[in-house]
Amino acid sequence: MATQIISAIIVIIVGVGGCVAYFWGANRLLELVFPARGTSGKTAIDNLRRQGFIRPWLFVGPALLILGVYLIYPVVETLRLSFLDRGGQNFVGFDNYLWAIGDREFRISILNNLLWLAVVPAVCTFLGLVIAVLTDRIWWGTIAKSLVFMPLAISFVGASVIWKFIYEYRAADQTQIGLLNAFVTWLGFEPQVWISIPFWNNLFLMVILVWIQTGFAMVILSAALRGIPDETIEAAVIDGANGFQIFWKIMIPQIWGTIAVVWTTITILVLKVFDIVLTMTNGQWNTQVLANLMFDWMFRGGGDFGRGATIAIVIMMAVIPIMIWNIRQANREADGG
Amino acid sequence: MAAKAGRSFFGRWGVHLAVLAIVIVWTLPTMGILVSSLRDRDQIIVSGWWTALAGSEQTEAGRLAGPDAQIERDGRFVIEGLLFEEGDPRRISAFGTRATAPTATEAGVEADLGDGVTLTVEADSRYVMTSPVAFEGRGQRVYFSALSPPRFTTENYETVLLSEGIGRSFVNSLTVTIPATIIPILIAAFAAYALAWMRFPGRAILIAVIIGLLVVPLQMSLIPLLKLYNGVGAFFGVPAKTYLGIWLAHTGFGLPFAIFLLRSYIAGLPREIMESARIDGASDFDIFVRIVLPLSFPVLASFAIFQFLWVWNDLLVAMVFLGTGRDQLVLTGKLNALLGSRGGDWEILTTSAFVTIIVPLIVFFSLQRYFVRGLLAGSVKGG
Repeated sequence: MATQIISAIIVIIVGVGGCVAYFWGANRLLELVFPARGTSGKTAIDNLRRQGFIRPWLFVGPALLILGVYLIYPVVETLRLSFLDRGGQNFVGFDNYLWAIGDREFRISILNNLLWLAVVPAVCTFLGLVIAVLTDRIWWGTIAKSLVFMPLAISFVGASVIWKFIYEYRAADQTQIGLLNAFVTWLGFEPQVWISIPFWNNLFLMVILVWIQTGFAMVILSAALRGIPDETIEAAVIDGANGFQIFWKIMIPQIWGTIAVVWTTITILVLKVFDIVLTMTNGQWNTQVLANLMFDWMFRGGGDFGRGATIAIVIMMAVIPIMIWNIRQANREADGG
Repeated sequence: MAAKAGRSFFGRWGVHLAVLAIVIVWTLPTMGILVSSLRDRDQIIVSGWWTALAGSEQTEAGRLAGPDAQIERDGRFVIEGLLFEEGDPRRISAFGTRATAPTATEAGVEADLGDGVTLTVEADSRYVMTSPVAFEGRGQRVYFSALSPPRFTTENYETVLLSEGIGRSFVNSLTVTIPATIIPILIAAFAAYALAWMRFPGRAILIAVIIGLLVVPLQMSLIPLLKLYNGVGAFFGVPAKTYLGIWLAHTGFGLPFAIFLLRSYIAGLPREIMESARIDGASDFDIFVRIVLPLSFPVLASFAIFQFLWVWNDLLVAMVFLGTGRDQLVLTGKLNALLGSRGGDWEILTTSAFVTIIVPLIVFFSLQRYFVRGLLAGSVKGG
């Protein structure tokens, strides 16, 4: 253990030192090869231009290398693998995709993912907006926000343990130690094994992600609400609008862009939801989702990389529209500024 | 402004109550595992954690002293004694002599056991049993309901940290997290500066690519990287699952967001500062190190918190790129394994979960300002 700590510290020093050495050394080398000082007129200008040409690539070089190896190459490779067999040796055409369409578990995953997509972003955004509006008008709003925000720091696995404890089931004649069943029996109903009730169990898993992500939606939307100019609301008040009208007709339209950002961010997160399903049910009782199915196929029976890659591509295809929208949005901003 | 408008719609108290209800719903789940981690196994099994302060009621069985303890008093045979040891904090609320009716008689009331035999058990467990004839055989079996006062213990923490392997996993998590947080910062900062302030062909395309990479699902990278790591491991004859491998993987996955966040901040720094430095003969390298880095501290802090939380809380990357041995299993992986092997042992699970979430919670509450700032600046990222 001690050696592990020491080696970690050494790596930090070597890693950071290496980075510094690279950037400093590369820059130094550039100045030595194309000296700008101590040379006369035209050479100095030429060398300065050459430096200006090369230096940006020295700066972005390491980042490009890592992005290339860890993100760009894998995207291409995953696409290629999805057309190959389990070991990645033989070309099988669209067999993996046809398998996916015919596979019961895959279809369940698609339906569940659609259910997650329909429920979680909407609920998080709605609750986040409501809490942002409510907390903005009380003196202890900051503390309240902090507490609603807190689950964002908790890992999905930790959150799963927390909620598994809430859903804990005991036979009807025993004392219920799970909060939900205790509440249900207190109301006079029978205790339930919540995470194995078909269809509804998906909702109980979604509750976990909603619990985590509502704080995120709340913080972003709260900042957007504060950015609304006072005049628009004052004008509405003078015109005799009530609170409800002000909220729907004045405030919501002005933060529409932010709502879209929150919605898409949570949508991407939902597409990748993995830890919660793995730890709560591991896909049993019809709760399977794509990300967990993909992980499963990576290792099931020694791993089927073709099918795993195919599922990854399906997730990726769902993300592509958002990706294009993001890039266009960023380009528009760049052109505007 | 919003407050004025809202008064007419939501009542003044309605808002307070609604927010209070929301806050309770949001904090109760975490409270549950914190409280449970401080209770011992027996208490967790018999009563909900929300009753922890009220003490727990438990039905138990015991045996009174045998016939050799009897004394003769006023023509009756008497056995006296204590069910609990001296100093036991439990209080008896009711007792009985049959398993089917373990709480037939209230404490302090005389129970008639038939044939003129009587038994009284006081709340402090003092008992008196009398009989007209001498006692024979073994001591009388009694059942009783005992109320334990609230009791909290740190025993669970000792257990999970030392013997369940959580302590070791904690060190592993730190080993993964700290380098994986620091390494991307420098690499991203240089790239961000170049993309923000240096002119070179292909810059616009690079920025677009990075924004595109922001939302690429991690799942796309897993299989090719797993193959690559296995290949590299086999080629050099080294293990495929190493800390170096996961540091670089986290660096790669965190880099698009890091560059995106840092670039938008660095691009917003005032142009005059850099231009005056350039006129003074400073190169881009000098400007970056002496001016841009110090000015960018807030955004570097924001990113560091993000990356720290993300790496610490990650399960997927660790499961793919690290082994499951004692020396590599991180906290999230350990907790996942415990959910399988110690399914119903809530004292272990709640305590382990709390150990897992305590570090991010501390980071989060102490540096919330930077965290929120980063969130607002970079909310395009998928998390």
